[in-house]
Amino acid sequence: MAALLEVRNLRVEFPTRRGILTALDDVSFAIEPGEILGIVGESGAGKSMTGAAIIGLLEPPGRIARGEILLDGRRIDNLPYAEMRHIRGRQIGAIFQDPLTTLNPLYSVGRQLVETMTTHLPIGPDEARRRAIGWLEQVGIPAAAQRIDAYPHEFSGGMRQRVVIALALCAEPKLIVADEPTTALDVSIQAQVIALLKALARDKGTAMMLVTHDMGVIAETADRVAVMYAGRIAEIGPVREIVGDARHPYSSGLMRSIPPLDRRVDRLAQIDGAMPRLNAIPPGCAYGPRCPKVFDKCLVHRPDLMEAGPTRAACWLYDRA
Amino acid sequence: MTVLDHPFVAANDIARYFDVSRPLVQRLVAREGRRLLRAVDGVTFDIPRGTTLSLVGESGCGKSTVARLMVGLYRTSSGEVTFDGKELGAARADMAQRRRMQMIFQDPYASLNPRWRVRDIVAEPVRAFGIASGQDALDRVGAALTQVGLSPLDAQKFPHEFSGGQRQRISIARALSSSPEFLVCDEPTSALDVSVQAQILNLMKELQSRLGLTYLFISHNLAVVRQVSDRIGVMYLGRLVENAPAETLFRTPRHPYTRALMEAVPDLSMSGQPRTPVGGEVPSPINPPTGCAFHPRCALANARCRAERPEMMMAGETLVACHAVQEGRDGQPQSIIRAKGTV
Repeated sequence: MAALLEVRNLRVEFPTRRGILTALDDVSFAIEPGEILGIVGESGAGKSMTGAAIIGLLEPPGRIARGEILLDGRRIDNLPYAEMRHIRGRQIGAIFQDPLTTLNPLYSVGRQLVETMTTHLPIGPDEARRRAIGWLEQVGIPAAAQRIDAYPHEFSGGMRQRVVIALALCAEPKLIVADEPTTALDVSIQAQVIALLKALARDKGTAMMLVTHDMGVIAETADRVAVMYAGRIAEIGPVREIVGDARHPYSSGLMRSIPPLDRRVDRLAQIDGAMPRLNAIPPGCAYGPRCPKVFDKCLVHRPDLMEAGPTRAACWLYDRA
Repeated sequence: MTVLDHPFVAANDIARYFDVSRPLVQRLVAREGRRLLRAVDGVTFDIPRGTTLSLVGESGCGKSTVARLMVGLYRTSSGEVTFDGKELGAARADMAQRRRMQMIFQDPYASLNPRWRVRDIVAEPVRAFGIASGQDALDRVGAALTQVGLSPLDAQKFPHEFSGGQRQRISIARALSSSPEFLVCDEPTSALDVSVQAQILNLMKELQSRLGLTYLFISHNLAVVRQVSDRIGVMYLGRLVENAPAETLFRTPRHPYTRALMEAVPDLSMSGQPRTPVGGEVPSPINPPTGCAFHPRCALANARCRAERPEMMMAGETLVACHAVQEGRDGQPQSIIRAKGTV
């Protein structure tokens, strides 16, 4: 199947007074229709930045300095604002972490849904309202017909996040970029939202990019996973391989440092040190200084993604040349 | 010292209500009474010296309020907290008692004063309790920083020069500088990345075994709690619904809410497997449901659950507040376990 979203050699820079900071460097991946790609990494690794670049909402002065983003084979990274605005909503839906900042507190949720649909779809307000009730029902809001005229503050946190999901879905986009969609929710609500997202990908063929730091959510939801470190993809591959048997020393260290739920261990595996700041990324492999398997080459030359069995890892251990 | 008559730290039926009424005039106009939010509503537990009790639950369950009650940051509305056999008094009245307990907060970006040097941050409890001053205080700062894996030279720096994990180490150093015996840790790792979380959890376990510390650990993360706890209390809407030894709780969770909570946690090993999420959400603590607070979401609820609040009772090593468990209609192999125990 042809890729729905293709990101090629994406580089995002932030010009500052002290020089240019590279927030994303040479990031490439693709997502197929109906596929859920998880993006994981620690804070500052660039996962949210990747999502923002795709939906065209990089915060200035951030800018795409190199590379391209293709949706359905068409470049979308260089579109004028008005045109991108139409794609965002119609073809790409976005779900952010905090439902309160996504929803307009002054409009009823019904009005926000209807407006989104009449803007992007060739339908009138009555049809849009009918569909809005249907979407609210689909995301599991009880008594949707009565609650459609309620305002965001009248919903609880979990219900609000469902409204945000309905809003992202109502124009029937082909791709959903979800940035930490469950992080602000309690586990029982989180489980409901995950089930909903999975059903969507399965039933409607919606592709999804799921950005989160919660590996449990990824393990349950994603088909493939990209692990990011210091603005680059360290490893990308099928979810079972990454979670169970990651090849890159960073991904495997990250996985081992997650406290297990099914047993108690005396001492958790830890990665010493911290991820470098953007202005102090070391030469060679950015993970080199913390890596237990580091050797001479790592400290000088930067590895690109290379075949590492079932996954692709940016690590000289897998260099066959 | 016998544990029975003298638990190291204990909460005896503690409650904390917050008055969330509207202003008096509006109340008179609308003819409504005062409204109370029952953040903590009758919680009892004790923590033996040198052990860790964790409280878990979803947001709004009252676990952080319990943490604050235990160190006296809030006064109890009813019930009492005892520390080493003595009731916890007002802060200024009993400095000798206060210096034996400390608290670690969730967000190391918010809990460290950005204008203070690390030296002053870590020395603050030492000075406040009049434990030491001058060079003595600085020596203590150096020792505390060394204990948490930082360098005494870091004392000269400001908080912004440190990463999140290092800042949480500074918070721990500050808590340790007055040599407390009891630490209340309110979500100490939930603002941290997972690799750093592992560093902090390992450090906290090391410090406990080295210094014989007693922890009250507050978290919403069951996997984290499993790694650090001796006992675990599960809270729901201001009440403790289950309290059991850590391994027992994970092996045989009894309360329907505990079971739902464990079921809901996404697990690495469950890759791709479907789960049955618990429906509904935590109700408002202003208008809690009658009877058992969990009954609107509970598959086992019946008329008694809706009417009568269940009391804590022993089931094996577990304390659980559930009519269904008590009546043996929870579908758990409880009778089998008991039978095996008696045979």
